[in-house]
Amino acid sequence: MYVAVKGGEAAIANAHRLLADRRRGDRSVPALTLAQIAGQIALAVDRVMAEGSLYDPELAAMAVRQSRGDLIEAIFLLRAYRTTLPRFAASRPVDTAKMLIERRVSATYKDIPGGQLLGPTFDYTHRLIEPEMADNGIVAEPERREPPETTAAPRVTDILGDEAMIEADGIDDGEEPADLTRSPLAFPASRDLRLQALARGDEGFLLGLGYSTQRGYGRTHPFVGEVRIGEVEVEVDLPEFGFPVTIGRVRVTECQMVSQFTGSKSEPPKFTRGYGLVFGQLERKAMAMSLVDRALRADEFDEERRAPAQDEEFVLAHCDNVQATGFVEHLKLPHYVDFQAELELLRMMRAERPAEADSGDDRASEKEAAE
Amino acid sequence: MTTASLTYNFAYLDEQTKRMIRRAILKAVAIPGYQVPFASREMPMPYGWGTGGVQVTAAIIGPDDVLKVIDQGSDDTTNAVSIRAFFARVAKVAVTTKTREATIIQTRHRIPEAPLAAGQTLVYQVPIPEPLRFLEPRETETRIMHALEEYGLMHVKLYEDIAQHGHIATTYAYPVKVEGRYVMDPSPIPKFDNPKMDDSPALQLFGAGREQRIYAIPPFTKVESLDFEDHPFSVQKFSVPCGLCGATGVYLDEIVTDNRGGRLFACSDTDHCEERREAGHVGADAYARSMPGASGGRP
Repeated sequence: MYVAVKGGEAAIANAHRLLADRRRGDRSVPALTLAQIAGQIALAVDRVMAEGSLYDPELAAMAVRQSRGDLIEAIFLLRAYRTTLPRFAASRPVDTAKMLIERRVSATYKDIPGGQLLGPTFDYTHRLIEPEMADNGIVAEPERREPPETTAAPRVTDILGDEAMIEADGIDDGEEPADLTRSPLAFPASRDLRLQALARGDEGFLLGLGYSTQRGYGRTHPFVGEVRIGEVEVEVDLPEFGFPVTIGRVRVTECQMVSQFTGSKSEPPKFTRGYGLVFGQLERKAMAMSLVDRALRADEFDEERRAPAQDEEFVLAHCDNVQATGFVEHLKLPHYVDFQAELELLRMMRAERPAEADSGDDRASEKEAAE
Repeated sequence: MTTASLTYNFAYLDEQTKRMIRRAILKAVAIPGYQVPFASREMPMPYGWGTGGVQVTAAIIGPDDVLKVIDQGSDDTTNAVSIRAFFARVAKVAVTTKTREATIIQTRHRIPEAPLAAGQTLVYQVPIPEPLRFLEPRETETRIMHALEEYGLMHVKLYEDIAQHGHIATTYAYPVKVEGRYVMDPSPIPKFDNPKMDDSPALQLFGAGREQRIYAIPPFTKVESLDFEDHPFSVQKFSVPCGLCGATGVYLDEIVTDNRGGRLFACSDTDHCEERREAGHVGADAYARSMPGASGGRP
């Protein structure tokens, strides 16, 4: 009997029930709470907020739970929710120099005003699975310091800027920042748009691209001027008040990559910047982002654009993992109409092949069988 | 965070977004075959599942519309079921599987067999809107090529097909020229369906969500499939009629019925097939299969 996909509705409903069951797992094991997810797999929640472009740890924790820990799926959930939210303002640029710093390291200076702070880093852990992870041992309270008298921790790029050794920060043109979720992406893209795309971009994709610049595909001779993690205040201008109002704090990771530039006819040699800023504690992402940002600025420094990481259209069109996963995974949707068309064409072309082409050359037919 | 009592606007998208999409649609209708960039939203279904078509439908649908959704010609494929259920939920519109009853038909990969009428709108889901994409991957380049009407590369590709294979080896998403100006990707419909686009009384809208493009063919617009004088465009012809309803001159699915090489060819357009069977048409296989042992049965 002809059994094509009738009964799709019931099948979908049943699949969703089974998914809910598998998500919950063994009912005798307590369900994860949002506090557990946000508190104990916080870096996964951070990634979901960063690539989901929405700062809300509780909502991100719900998404992680609903997606069974599939982070791209969780990012997708958060994005789809974000789309429905009204935009009421663009914040003022966050001032990361005033950050409440939890971690801050510079690879360019041994010591800097404000000091180097290791913070909660994996960097010097020995990657040995700890037996304590198998059960619920007591974890000691962390060492705390008195808050310093002055919290001034100028950015390393500002220190270099005082000597005019590094290009100046971009100038605020007073325009609303670009938003690729509200207007279609067009090329060439402005730097603010590029940075937004990179901040939302897939960590793995940017990591690979950033890595490729280190291996010679668009080399930029980078140094980590500084990586800092901590909370910054978000301020908005409200017309009724006439002064900026703080509406909340967000935890961010900022990376300023300092790169060599040997100068051109019009410009003296100086250091240049690659910039990374992401929600949460996502050092790898912020660093990769800053490498790719610098690579994408090739035109500004008359550098030849030859490597994938320098190719704006290639990078921006493919860095979004929600888009990428959708298009890759859509291949599992039915394509039998198109496949049928290809099947008919192949049959016709094979029927038209002269007989000797198949019998005369054994190697040719072997090759075809292998394909 | 506000998750309590979530309610969505009619047809999911907010009215501002619908206006933005409608403006893009109007521009697309005004310049047939031209790809209009639009600020595609992130929809609650994945890219590649029809987010462009869903946004176009959401922007044009009203409470009195009757919606039909097909995928591969069928109303019952899982994604068609899912999209139909989405609009039934967020827009509470009437849904149908009957081509004739629908005011809006959202489709993936097929055009219904029954001729469309004035007042109907066909909404195509489009994965890659750029017909030149596989010849030139850069958007910056292809936009210039369209602007200058520089389509030589496409003709060279089709010519090379003929030179190498004796045929144009494009069987679906076969490029068309709209009203003598823009070369357009008709979405991955089989080239069998291309002639149905020409001079159609229905409005045809194309939505590509991930690629952020909308384009259109207004009613009664000339749509020509690219070809050469000595290699005129032709559509697929099946050697057998539909095994269920006996229809000829329709697009067929090839269904594997056993592991001994058994095949059933049946209408890809399930509504068309059902309508014919209700009208008493019987295909050879339907008869043989529903009445085992019965002799004959060929109409």
